[in-house]
Amino acid sequence: MLRYVLRRLLYALPIAFGVSLVCFTLVHLAPGDPIDSIIPEGASEEAIAQIKADYGADQPLPMQYLKWLGRVVTGDLGQSIKSGRPVTQEIAPAIVNSVILASAGIALALIAGCGLGTIAGYARRRAVDSVITGIAITGISIPHYWLGMVLVVVFSVGLNWLPASGMGSPADLSHLILPAIALSAIPTGIIARSVRAAVIEVRKQEFVQTLYAKGLSDVAVFRHVARNVAPTVLAVMGLQFAQMLGGSILVETVFSWPGTGFLMNAAIFSRDLPVLQGTILMLAMLFVVMNLMVDILQMLFDPRVKRH
Amino acid sequence: MSTAVATAPAPTASGFRRPSTGFWQTVGRRLSRDPVTLACAAILLLIVLAALFAPWLGLDDPYKQSMVRRLKPFGYQGHWLGTDELGRDMLSRLVYGGRSSLFTGFVPVVLATLIGGLLGIVAGYLGGRWNMVIMRCIDVFYAFPSVLLAVAISGVLGAGQFNSIVSLTLVFVPAVARIAESVTTRVRNEDFVDAARATGASTTSVLFHHVLSNVLGPILVYASSLISVSIVIASGLSFLGLGVTPPNADWGLMLNTLRQSIYVAPVTAILPGIMIFITSMCFSLMSDGLRSAMDVKA
Amino acid sequence: MIYTRPAAFTPRSAAAPQAEPGDFRVDLQERDRGGPAQPMLIVSGLKKHFDIGGRSIGGQRTVVRAVDGVDFTVRKGETLGIVGESGCGKSTTARLLMHLIQPDAGSIIFDGDEVNAVRGMSISELRRNMQMVFQDSYASLNPRLTIRESVAYGPRVTGLSAAQARARSESLLEMVGLEPSNFANRYPHELSGGQRQRVNIARALAMAPRVLILDESVSALDKSVEAQVLNLLRRLKAELGLTYIFISHDLNVVHYISDRVLVMYLGQVVESGPVDAIYAAPRHPYTRALLSSRPSMDPRRRIETAPLSGDPPNPINPPSGCRFRTRCPQARPQCGQEPPALAPAPGSDSHVVACHFPLSSSATVPSPPAKGALQ
Repeated sequence: MLRYVLRRLLYALPIAFGVSLVCFTLVHLAPGDPIDSIIPEGASEEAIAQIKADYGADQPLPMQYLKWLGRVVTGDLGQSIKSGRPVTQEIAPAIVNSVILASAGIALALIAGCGLGTIAGYARRRAVDSVITGIAITGISIPHYWLGMVLVVVFSVGLNWLPASGMGSPADLSHLILPAIALSAIPTGIIARSVRAAVIEVRKQEFVQTLYAKGLSDVAVFRHVARNVAPTVLAVMGLQFAQMLGGSILVETVFSWPGTGFLMNAAIFSRDLPVLQGTILMLAMLFVVMNLMVDILQMLFDPRVKRH
Repeated sequence: MSTAVATAPAPTASGFRRPSTGFWQTVGRRLSRDPVTLACAAILLLIVLAALFAPWLGLDDPYKQSMVRRLKPFGYQGHWLGTDELGRDMLSRLVYGGRSSLFTGFVPVVLATLIGGLLGIVAGYLGGRWNMVIMRCIDVFYAFPSVLLAVAISGVLGAGQFNSIVSLTLVFVPAVARIAESVTTRVRNEDFVDAARATGASTTSVLFHHVLSNVLGPILVYASSLISVSIVIASGLSFLGLGVTPPNADWGLMLNTLRQSIYVAPVTAILPGIMIFITSMCFSLMSDGLRSAMDVKA
Repeated sequence: MIYTRPAAFTPRSAAAPQAEPGDFRVDLQERDRGGPAQPMLIVSGLKKHFDIGGRSIGGQRTVVRAVDGVDFTVRKGETLGIVGESGCGKSTTARLLMHLIQPDAGSIIFDGDEVNAVRGMSISELRRNMQMVFQDSYASLNPRLTIRESVAYGPRVTGLSAAQARARSESLLEMVGLEPSNFANRYPHELSGGQRQRVNIARALAMAPRVLILDESVSALDKSVEAQVLNLLRRLKAELGLTYIFISHDLNVVHYISDRVLVMYLGQVVESGPVDAIYAAPRHPYTRALLSSRPSMDPRRRIETAPLSGDPPNPINPPSGCRFRTRCPQARPQCGQEPPALAPAPGSDSHVVACHFPLSSSATVPSPPAKGALQ
């Protein structure tokens, strides 16, 4: 088992390097010299030369990449142009906020998705199944940022029950509800479909028939079914959580939720390249790590993989 | 020897049994009998035709602003769907917006299918070291969440429809390539490909005559499922201000600009999103229908 | 398409069929380069190791020794049967012969020319002389092509025009017993297993080969259909003057169709000789155990000898010396030290066996079911 984990890590390492290379290159794709955005206004010739030397802007790109990589690995992501603070300081609270939102979203998606998927899996080919499949497809196809707007229209503008934007104080969950619902739409659909397919697949297997033949009640059989479906669900959930974390920018923009997406949005429009680059890098790395964890978790659950 | 089918088609003029329905004809026939697919196709056809023939539909000028007619409700002075925050006719903006949104959503999928499909098929057929090299490079891009990558590339390249298309194509190429490689590897290991190679045929001949026809189906199904995602993300980019720029009409952009007026004219503000939703949903359902139609051992 | 029978083997029939449109005549005698004494195939030292990755802690790669030093010859016009348990390397050997996978070592000499050597026969030339029929009749046919198109593909590759390929395809379908007007336009999923195998045979013959490798070609068929296909194969071989290599795990079928038999175990040849000699008096303990483990229909003939116990050892780590020694009822210490070489059995020069202590010719097995019983 340890061998599998190591092998998986070994595989993830070049991917991580590739990701960092893409992040580095992205910034250099931007029109204009990226170094210009770091140089403060009205700097003297020596200051400009010093900054360029610091960032190695006079050296060939591969050297710049290595220098940048060296800084990144030690935790130095540069400084925000807009605020002057270290990028890490800007990103850290944003990541926390995004994680809060994503966690709420995935919790909702898990409950709704598993519930709907299980019901659909048990009620094969009847009207309930079609309705639930329809709901799932709706969830997958809906533009979640638009759903957010609709929720605002109904619950904030119309009914004035819930706030339309911002995060509010930590204890105030009312700000979390609408964005979490909006964010959970797509994962709910995906989880519902996966659970439905998994439940159907498991119930078709012979061991389920054996359980019924042994006289187990529906509830007891369901426990067995759930145990077999769980690995798939966990895998899908993990991947969706990671996607939500990386793709939350749209919902965060609608609700002005101060997370990484909101930060990225601001960084793009103020051309704050260090913040932008840092945020993309962190989110992408999180995604790689989450994928790795999901793979390992799946392997742990799979009894067919040999463990020493 | 007993025949394997219950009814035999009437013979052709030369006395040969008429060719049975091939794979694609069977798929087509099953699709044409699926009510959901037909309904979605009808809706999409309507939207697409409206978008294509927009200039000839006698609509108001989508760019004509009017400060006195801002955010008027439905039916106001001949504006069936009201006006937007700059006084422009909503119906007209929606129809013209369709041209932009559909184009920006559809083209990246087509490009990604061509590029990603080619990469995946080549990697799948060659196998071995080439496969590993190509797929590892693809995996690096696949390691980004889709929306993040799209926003990152667009954010860096700048706003604009062209940049948006480039960005989305780059996002979808890895996804299509992975499916293409996986399917091609599976087909390549089938005996009939070995039998074709055993005749001494060239690689291109085997690829073209044997591999391609069996691989195209699953790739197209996957690509069709990407269309709805693409439309949503493309509109999302415009919503963020990274896609189509004002004063053009585009559903995502309209959602953005109307957002400020959400308290004043809530219904108008969410209208463009309804269009995105309907289009995305129809493509999703049709893609599902296509997958079911192909899901036969025939 | 009609092969003419070479005069050296059987007399030509007086009424030679007239050439029909679409037919062409291929004189087997013209293609016979080495003469009747030259074996059709000489295989020596064939090896194929599969690297399945996964380094052990010691750093050694895990390698499956699928084919580990195989030698045999195939004479012109005969049927060589290859038997063995699953995983003994029969199918890999077949694919190595066809060069569908590259051998790691060894040489193949086809009618006097070495394959893939500098002054020998090229692989594409080999493929015009040798074709293969696979086991899975459904997976061997492209589900998107009609039967006619599948059979015509090979001839098109060799340069025939579309019309010529089509004509050849139809005449071949007729030859294997599938009426073209009824079957040519069908798709593989519209045929039964036996019909599909006939198509595969037609497809292989469309390349006008001299040797046909049949890799478990009848294993997946029902018994009655299997008998029909076997009889078709015998008829075709006689009419067209073919040479067969027939691979199977079914001992009775191999007995029915083969002239000589090769027995494989764990990637190596353990015994080979004329079919009756092998089946009546096997010299290798493995062959004897294999043969005697066939169930008999006669309650009077019960199995006396010890059956084979256990599963075949792992091909990744075969036993030292003789690979069969872990399951051999007569294994001795010498068997673990030195691998036995293929040597002629005492009293016969065409019957070779790889054993340090080959069984005597008097060691008989209960006689197999009568040949006619297969019908």
